[in-house]
Amino acid sequence: MQHWPFIIAAYAITVGGTGGLLLWSWLRMRSAERRADSLRRDRPER
Amino acid sequence: MHIFANPARFLSIARPLTPWLALAGLLLIAIGLVAGLTLSPADYLQGESVRIMYVHVPAAWLGMAGWTGIAVSSLMQLVWRHPLAGVAARAVAAPGALFTAICLMTGSIWGRPTWGTWWEWDGRMTSMLVLLFLYFGYMALAGASGERGSAGKAAAIFGLVGAINIPVIRYSVVWWNTLHQGSSITLTGTTIDRSILWPLPIAVLGFTLLFAAIVLMRMRALLAENRIEARLKRMAEA
Repeated sequence: MQHWPFIIAAYAITVGGTGGLLLWSWLRMRSAERRADSLRRDRPER
Repeated sequence: MHIFANPARFLSIARPLTPWLALAGLLLIAIGLVAGLTLSPADYLQGESVRIMYVHVPAAWLGMAGWTGIAVSSLMQLVWRHPLAGVAARAVAAPGALFTAICLMTGSIWGRPTWGTWWEWDGRMTSMLVLLFLYFGYMALAGASGERGSAGKAAAIFGLVGAINIPVIRYSVVWWNTLHQGSSITLTGTTIDRSILWPLPIAVLGFTLLFAAIVLMRMRALLAENRIEARLKRMAEA
């Protein structure tokens, strides 16, 4: 039995899953922090 | 741990640390996986499929370490009411679930050419599948919690109780003599030849650093979402 198709599938799942989670987490963090910063800047002076 | 109780102090450390952890993790993963694919030899018994170990073992370690992190954070949330403990537990859940799923899938892929089967209801595989369902349950409970950005009390209790499964996974290969092989790496030594073993700690360290970076990113997102919600609430009340 050829082993390389199994190896490629295992690495693709790992790299794709990890990369996807990294990208999603980074985008969510960047978007939330930008929104929080813009709301703080818009705060009216007391 | 109490020095991080202040979110502002935590953020002053987490902000510069996040990119360095991510970059170091990605670099070590690249070195470990390229070495595992090209520089280490095939196993005399398993053949080329041994290379799946370099992604399967880090995923198994992070799946179990993730739930241990949830359990420790839940304990800190329940006992000391640490303000960041619930946020940390919630931030760990998705990466922990992902690496548990990767462990199950890569193990199944390895099993087909090595054991001749994709799946067997043996102790190690079944307890790992239970861990994945525990993660799903925890995420559902934490998501349904009224406390935005933090895991609720029910989720924290669930996180603590679910930790019972971690020693079950660890000792499953000792308690039940089924298909999965025993531990190849212990505190006293290893049964894996050094020529095959050496890329593994590099990959494990790389994935661990990247996992830490992802958890920090998710904690920062949850804290920022908390600030947004608090600000919008104040604006609505004004």
